Amino acid sequence: MKRHLPLLLIAAFLFSTTPAFADKRDEARSQVDFGINVAQRGLWREAIYRWEKAVELDPSYAAAYNDLAIAYEHEGQLEKARKAYDKALALEPNNTQIRQNYDLFKEINDRVAQQKDKR
Amino acid sequence: MTAWLSRRTNARLALAGLTFVCAAAAGCGASLYEVPVETPIPAKLDVSPFQRVLVVGFVAGGADEIDTNQETVRLLRSQLRSKSELRVIDADVMQLAEVAQEQNKAAVNDNSSGEGLTIRTSTENSGVTALPQKIKDEKDLEPYDRLFANTAYWKRIGEEYQNPLIVTGSVLFTPRSSSGLVTRETEVYDGLGRRRVIPQRVYMERKGFMLRPKFVFIDGRTGATIYSETRREEVLYNAQQETPALSSYFELMDRIVPDFLGALSTQKIKGTRVLIK
Repeated sequence: MKRHLPLLLIAAFLFSTTPAFADKRDEARSQVDFGINVAQRGLWREAIYRWEKAVELDPSYAAAYNDLAIAYEHEGQLEKARKAYDKALALEPNNTQIRQNYDLFKEINDRVAQQKDKR
Repeated sequence: MTAWLSRRTNARLALAGLTFVCAAAAGCGASLYEVPVETPIPAKLDVSPFQRVLVVGFVAGGADEIDTNQETVRLLRSQLRSKSELRVIDADVMQLAEVAQEQNKAAVNDNSSGEGLTIRTSTENSGVTALPQKIKDEKDLEPYDRLFANTAYWKRIGEEYQNPLIVTGSVLFTPRSSSGLVTRETEVYDGLGRRRVIPQRVYMERKGFMLRPKFVFIDGRTGATIYSETRREEVLYNAQQETPALSSYFELMDRIVPDFLGALSTQKIKGTRVLIK
């Protein structure tokens, strides 16, 4: 029994904290779902509001940052988009989908930066 | 022994349960949704002080097959009409090469009379470089750039049209030819009749055109240049292919026009991104 005490303690800790964490993540997920729904109908500002809420609820939610970055990009808020992509990639550096979105964004962002330099 | 095994099994079950909870909490199994996005790119120029735009004309040179000045003005005006909020002024296309020649002559005369001498046809002693009558290449075009720096002249044009944004510049459209090794994709079939496409280096003679426009944006209120941009594009075809010069001109302008419009109005870049649940 003594041998399993640390394991049991970890389990107890996880089970006691999981509901609160799960609640927040569930809430964040439903915000992301709603955001996707409205974004698909072209309501990008509403989507931004939802995804901002999602990352506030769960700051470790990489997908929410990715979606938020896309929405900022669509609204022409390129600096905010860059920061959101950076955050998403910091959370999930190996996520190929986020990386692909970021690469496409970067192409446009670099072009805009070049234009600003020329001015 | 049985008790030990049972304890071990229980521990394994606990671990498996933990793993399951963690996996569920982490929310594995993301759904992907591809969506179209249109990223707005801000205009390179602040055109808010202007309500109207005048594409006045271009110093043109190169191929004789087309009237590059006329075609460029016509194309840019029509693009601006549909893709910019500025009102496009319809005016006769100016022959700016002739204007530059006249201004140059006047400058030579001024210099000559300043020295109390009779008008000289040679410009060597007056300090004013002669303008080539026929513009064949970029070197011939260079001295014409002085025209765009003549603020008094452009201010006068601006006053005439009630201070619009003036678009002018130079356009060089010249034939090009090139020969050498190029990579082409070739179809090959193996013994079993399977088709494969392989890159192959072949020697080819090609001909086509080069287009080098320089767009100059002038503030009609002051006559000063506010922005200028030079682009260069070329297209080469198989030497046996007969492509009309006008069609090549439009093909090349198609590549350049988005950048030109990007100077005056917000452009939207269309693409797709993937939303993740």
